Amino acid sequence: MEKFTQHTGVGAPLRRSNVDTDQIIPAVYLKRVTRTGFEDGLFAAWRSDPEFVLNQDSYRDATVLVAGPDFGTGSSREHAVWALQNYGFKVVISPRFGDIFRGNSGKAGLLAAQVDDKVVAALWDYLEANPGASVSVDLEARTVSAGEGPDRIEDSFTIDDYTRWRLLEGLDDIAITLSHEDDIVAYEGRRLSFKPATL
Amino acid sequence: MSKTLAEKIWDDHVVRQATGEPDLLFIDLHLLHEVTSPQAFDGLRLSGRAVRHPELTLATEDHNIPTTDLDKPIADPVSRTQVETLRRNAEEFGVRLHPMGDIEQGIVHVVGPQLGLTQPGMTIVCGDSHTSTHGAFGSIAFGIGTSEVEHVLATQTLPQAKPKMMAVEVTGQLSKGATAKDLILALIAQETTGGGQGYIVEYRGEAIRALTMEERMTICNMSIEWGAKAGLIAPDETTFEYIKGRPHAPEGEQWDEAVAYWRSLVTDDGAYFDKVVTLDAAQVTPFVTWGTNPGQGVPLSEAVPSPADFDDPIQREAAESALRYMGLEAGTPMRDIKVDTVFIGSCTNGRISDLRRAAELIKGHKVADGTRVLVVPGSVRVRLQAEEEGLDVVFKDAGAEWRGAGCSMCLGMNPDQLTPGERSASTSNRNFEGRQGKGGRTHLVSPDVAVATGVLGHLASPADLEKAGA
Repeated sequence: MEKFTQHTGVGAPLRRSNVDTDQIIPAVYLKRVTRTGFEDGLFAAWRSDPEFVLNQDSYRDATVLVAGPDFGTGSSREHAVWALQNYGFKVVISPRFGDIFRGNSGKAGLLAAQVDDKVVAALWDYLEANPGASVSVDLEARTVSAGEGPDRIEDSFTIDDYTRWRLLEGLDDIAITLSHEDDIVAYEGRRLSFKPATL
Repeated sequence: MSKTLAEKIWDDHVVRQATGEPDLLFIDLHLLHEVTSPQAFDGLRLSGRAVRHPELTLATEDHNIPTTDLDKPIADPVSRTQVETLRRNAEEFGVRLHPMGDIEQGIVHVVGPQLGLTQPGMTIVCGDSHTSTHGAFGSIAFGIGTSEVEHVLATQTLPQAKPKMMAVEVTGQLSKGATAKDLILALIAQETTGGGQGYIVEYRGEAIRALTMEERMTICNMSIEWGAKAGLIAPDETTFEYIKGRPHAPEGEQWDEAVAYWRSLVTDDGAYFDKVVTLDAAQVTPFVTWGTNPGQGVPLSEAVPSPADFDDPIQREAAESALRYMGLEAGTPMRDIKVDTVFIGSCTNGRISDLRRAAELIKGHKVADGTRVLVVPGSVRVRLQAEEEGLDVVFKDAGAEWRGAGCSMCLGMNPDQLTPGERSASTSNRNFEGRQGKGGRTHLVSPDVAVATGVLGHLASPADLEKAGA
């Protein structure tokens, strides 16, 4: 996984709450057996609407998505994270994320930055008034910012310490776990004998 | 120190605990299906890793599986590739697989309990959010993403931050006309889709104790629909009875040892819950959704709400967009909503008791003109059991379609899909936009409401069927 320290890129305002993972990528697009090529399925139903934010020239190359609360609820499909990444997104900002989506983002290297409702509202207004404007996210300082002068938006975001550390270092979770081999072997030795086996 | 049920199970599975790190948990059972596993196996191959515990791993084919023409190869080449990829991976890594045509094939969350692999006090994961179903047995069970699937395959563990604890106290008893599905839909409407976020939820109380195992699975299945990490119910005699004698249930002395341990899996008096919510089961009546998330529901006796009813601007906006998508007008009585397709099945309501109930209600009736009813058993075993009891004949006589086992129209990955604008009453778990097919409109319902709706052609309850004398 690549290290993530900070990112600045075009922000796309997605004025919707409860953007579930079926909206992010519908089930019919989940049939690939690779981690790439899912960008066509991203928001597939909405992208047939010319008014949809990503169909507007100013937002087409967005890398920071600003969405309403409960982004990524529903299905556990990590394909939702891959579709966002394959499209070019590096960061999603929302007041609240679906649990599994947030976990998947951390594993795959997409930053899920949780902010206050007010920050999302301010970013929406700013990005709609200034199409194509950038949003900056600093993982080290845990801040999100946009704009200049008196209208500048700057606030902190929430991410758990462990995920932040892994993203900053670009660490592979499995390698970390396997470094605790002794603990795993010790646990395996004390498992209850009546637990079921499939083979 | 007093502990909750979930804390006891959690603590029993900690492999390693260190300050500033999530706990490393051992996973007792890892279930796999074709959609969320191929990239995980690829990861293993790339890093030269093996499956650490194939004997704690089980795979089945469910999401892509057609429910007709089962003797032919899967027509969609991309679906076929995904299924074939799972077969190759299972073979290469030594994982047991129940493929199409196998008597144990079915929806992963129907298969686990059916085989007796789902037992109290376990940690169970699967690359599927409805893994919460297995919590009905008093286990911590939750859905994971593909990176985590790879992690579990390679290490049989998962790093997990400990969630907060919530109790859902369900007082009273369900009335005769209400089901477990109505109860969970009413709870989600009360708590909204984000209400359970960050919590493991224990469903407790008189009404829960009175439920059968399959009803408890319906409840726990939908824990994810209000955002909970997992949902569980303390094991009791009902649980032990259900497990006893199943293929993977402990036997002899092991059974006694297991039951002794399982009996300890209750929340201690005085254990602390970070949050407690209550629901009076006696107040629950047939409940249906009107919108595009599972929290947008009302009693069947009510009308489509108006966006103006919502104080919260975000909920108001969500309601507006849902009504637009669903093609509904505020104030329309729910019973006046005409339905094109009825889907009875899924990991929420595709078990034998669901089909028995549906068959009992549909017997002697005919499906309404212009309405189609699909009945899709949750597994091959469920299908065979139903056929042995003649339920298939009852459904077919009524004009319903009797299908093969799988996820089917719950998510429309196979050919069972709604067409744009088509409206369904579905016993599944998600009414998201396009979930059952692009442009499709879904109302989540119980099997009881599904049958009455199929016969009358509009959203209805069994009581309406009686009144109509249909």
